[in-house]
Amino acid sequence: MFESLSHLVLQQYWYIIVSLLGSLLVFLMFVQGGQTLLRTLGKNETEVSMLVNSLGRKWEFTFTTLVTFGGAFFASFPLFYSSSFGGAYWVWILILFAFILQAVSYEFRTKAGNFLGQKTYEAFLFVNGLLGTVLIGTAVGTFFTGSSFSLNDMNQVSWEGPARGLEAALNVQNLALGLAVFFLARVLATLYFMNNIDDEAIFTRSKKQLLINTVPFLVFFLFFLIRLLFLNGYAVNPDTKVVVLEKFKYLHNFLEMPVVLVMLLVGVVGVLYGIGSSLLKSKCTSGIWFAGAGTVLTVMALFLVAGFNNTAFYPSSFDLQSSLTIENASSSKFTLTAMSYVSLMVPFVLAYIWYAWWSMNKKKITREEMTTEEHLY
Amino acid sequence: MLASIDLTPLVDWSRAQFALTAMYHWLFVPLTLGITWIIAMMETIYVKTGDPEWKKLTKFWMKLFGINFAIGVATGIIMEFEFGTNWSNYSWFVGDIFGAPLAIEGIMAFFMESTFIAIMFFGWNKVSKKFHLASSWLVAIGANLSALWILVANAWMQNPVGTSFNPETARNEMTNFWDVLFSPVAINKFLHTITSGMVLASIFVIGVSAWFLLRKKESRLAIRSITVASVFGLLASVSLALTGDGSAKQIAAVQPMKLSAMEGMYEGKTDAGLVAFGILNSKEKREAGDVFAVKVEMPKLLSWMAYGDPKSFVAGVNDFTKGNASQGILSIPEKIEKGKIARQALTDFKNAKSAGNLPKADSLKALFSDKAFLDGNFKYFGYGFSDDVGYYVPNVPLTFYSFHIMVILGFGFMVFFAIFLFFSARGELPQRKFWLRLAPWIIPLAYIASEAGWIVAELGRQPWTIQDLLPTVAAVTKLDTGSVMVTFFLFAVTFTVLAIAEVNIMLKAIKNGTKNEGGTK
Ligand code: HDD
Ligand code: HEM
Ligand code: HEM
Repeated sequence: MFESLSHLVLQQYWYIIVSLLGSLLVFLMFVQGGQTLLRTLGKNETEVSMLVNSLGRKWEFTFTTLVTFGGAFFASFPLFYSSSFGGAYWVWILILFAFILQAVSYEFRTKAGNFLGQKTYEAFLFVNGLLGTVLIGTAVGTFFTGSSFSLNDMNQVSWEGPARGLEAALNVQNLALGLAVFFLARVLATLYFMNNIDDEAIFTRSKKQLLINTVPFLVFFLFFLIRLLFLNGYAVNPDTKVVVLEKFKYLHNFLEMPVVLVMLLVGVVGVLYGIGSSLLKSKCTSGIWFAGAGTVLTVMALFLVAGFNNTAFYPSSFDLQSSLTIENASSSKFTLTAMSYVSLMVPFVLAYIWYAWWSMNKKKITREEMTTEEHLY
Repeated sequence: MLASIDLTPLVDWSRAQFALTAMYHWLFVPLTLGITWIIAMMETIYVKTGDPEWKKLTKFWMKLFGINFAIGVATGIIMEFEFGTNWSNYSWFVGDIFGAPLAIEGIMAFFMESTFIAIMFFGWNKVSKKFHLASSWLVAIGANLSALWILVANAWMQNPVGTSFNPETARNEMTNFWDVLFSPVAINKFLHTITSGMVLASIFVIGVSAWFLLRKKESRLAIRSITVASVFGLLASVSLALTGDGSAKQIAAVQPMKLSAMEGMYEGKTDAGLVAFGILNSKEKREAGDVFAVKVEMPKLLSWMAYGDPKSFVAGVNDFTKGNASQGILSIPEKIEKGKIARQALTDFKNAKSAGNLPKADSLKALFSDKAFLDGNFKYFGYGFSDDVGYYVPNVPLTFYSFHIMVILGFGFMVFFAIFLFFSARGELPQRKFWLRLAPWIIPLAYIASEAGWIVAELGRQPWTIQDLLPTVAAVTKLDTGSVMVTFFLFAVTFTVLAIAEVNIMLKAIKNGTKNEGGTK
């Protein structure tokens, strides 16, 4: 069935899948945001324990989504994987390092004999929450602002930036996105806690933090978005494949792909509605669903604007013609076809995840559970 | 593409980093692969009998599994991205094939594992008994599926099948998914590796239980655990030897240089004997034909095991370096010449294209689908990155000793399981103090055997990342060596500290026994 599709359609299909995984990842980074709020929202050990355990049942999803996002990108756009990971070495190494720290911290935090002490593992969680979000946001920022690399005729990368990727953080546009992702993760975390934990004190404090984090989130996000519309973008000539800088390219992309524009608008409204209803109503716990769905739509719209409509999704500001597009960076038609069959498993995977969590989440986290449950983080 | 050999320090540090992270990952993975089956079997007994003691037992091993799993995941994520960060040329050259199994692993295996692990740990009071049991089985299946896909990827590097080279993109492209998945190398590798995890986990369970018996704690639980683990371990260790033999036959077929290194063969011969135990001489002596200072040899066995016929010829290192016309083996200098022609054709093609000389480009491109050129030249594409013949010979002593340690231990483990099964069948376990005291010391041996296996597999194929196509110098990311050194030490320190923490937590949890499973306070 996928055999009959053209290479280009398969490339677009896979770019959409990768974008979807990326947007789910940004949503699921509420775990990271929550990790930076543990001692702000929890005033005693029981409360911190409730927060950690509430996040602790979800962290593996975020982590696995990251791993799968990486794997899917590798399989479908190997040139991105080799150029970006090998080129922007330090950014990716730091991101990975932050996730290594996270993976042990939940399990080890309160276990006897943990060698480093509970505070250290909480610090690890904080570091992961901060670096993970800011750096991933910054790295995605380069999808619009470009990086300094070139490819030779064997498609091997040379990186020109002296800091191997860390230079991306010096660009205000990238940094704004990084910080927007960071504060968004904290916003989502407060909404998640309001939904997942059945406790008056935590609810009230979450609501307060929701307001406090919404302000910088909106400032950084709007700064990023408005500036994006005025940015020179990396346009690809569909016939000659030559890459040129085009004024207002991303604005044009939104206007020329109204569906994506609608996604963005609906997404932003969803996030704002989720936040607003949680702030204004007295006992609203459903904000996370609106804000979460909104996040997925918004991020997805951004990915699509970066790669569709004859745009280079991983541009090189150093050598325009080395820029990666969904056509020149992709796997062969055969591989994309085979992988497309694999993608049919995704709905099934989502279904069992949903079912498993539905069975588990029927009961919210309570103070009482922190003393009766046998397996605790 | 033409990497020069002064990349050596960079390549060495990159290799060291990969070896370090892989070997750390492999400290935690095999226990996961095996113990998840044991846990699922114990829980099945609990659900069948309703005996709460079995539930306690299940939960105890599950707790240890959880501790191990966390650090397995932590060391795993770096592996996945390291192909991009440190082997980026590799990632492009073969990404069209290699990326797919990694993606499938994520979609198919890791999500399964992580979803059902949550139920396994937190679902006891939340979901039905049956659903919980199913989750425990699904965790075992998920863990072993993740091994499947990564091993398919690894097997493909050892024996690249189902692909063809595209000169336009300068990379290998997949032409047959099933050839990649069902390659005999992959099948053997997968079966051997998961059974090695089962063996290791059974030894772990027996060792820990023996310690309990000696301290007269949790005796009933310990005896039950030993019974389950020794049956499971014995079956697994027999399959382990069979699948290991299968892997060795595959090596004989597709990586004969590795076989020579494993066996310490320098001069090839028919009626080759199998060295059961040996001590190697210095490099000079070995190359001159005087290989062993001491050896115990079983006549004709190697020829028979490798090719099913004692009369068959087993080639040695010197046959490859110098060539052996009567056996139709090309020397390395000959392969270097052929490889250089293949690479030159690619360069000429690129030059013709950029000069706009399309007829010439087309005729050069056609070479890459011409059978004579593929078999005569492209097959040796990776040769010629170095003119030094020694560069193409793996480290013989390390490969040889690692292989022999693994095999000797493998047979030892079989005996070990048989003895414990025997005592357990006769109900004599608590009295057998000597064996109980010995058992915990076997645990580190299982880890040694397991790491040794990977050293055979990965060092024995040097210098290739992709057999005969891509040597390590051409695969590496061009970074400054200092950066790689920094990340090497960053990972070395982090993983060491975390591993110490893990072992400490594990020991505390074992001392605690079945008291408050999983709980922290
Ligand atoms: C408990 C661990 C353990 C034990 C006791 C054995 N093995 Fe093993 N072996 C492994 C654990 C392992 C492994 C870690 O799983 C490896 C590493 C790479 C692989 O495919 O499996 C491996 C690799 C490996 C290879 C190299 C595969 C390759 O290069 O692709 C061969 C030929 C054998 N084994 C053969 C044997 C034989 C004949 C054994 C005799 C009983 C044996 N192994 C016991
Ligand atoms: C023999 C080789 C390998 C086997 C059998 C294997 C198997 C496993 C298993 C069972 C896990 C689950 C976690 C655990 O308990 O350890 C795991 C985790 C992981 N492995 Fe490996 N692995 C191998 C090598 C690699 C390599 C080379 C990579 C990189 C491509 C890799 C990537 C990962 C990742 C990313 C995780 C974390 C996944 C998660 O979110 O659960 N593994 N691996
Ligand atoms: C987890 C079990 C594994 C262990 C313990 C292991 C061990 C090693 C070691 C010791 C080396 C260094 C060899 C050297 O350069 O001197 C190495 C290299 C390498 N291995 Fe593995 N390996 C494992 C699994 C894998 C898997 C599953 C893959 C691929 C899917 C893989 C791919 C590589 C690559 C690309 C290199 C670097 C290039 C090279 O030096 O050959 N390894 N590994």
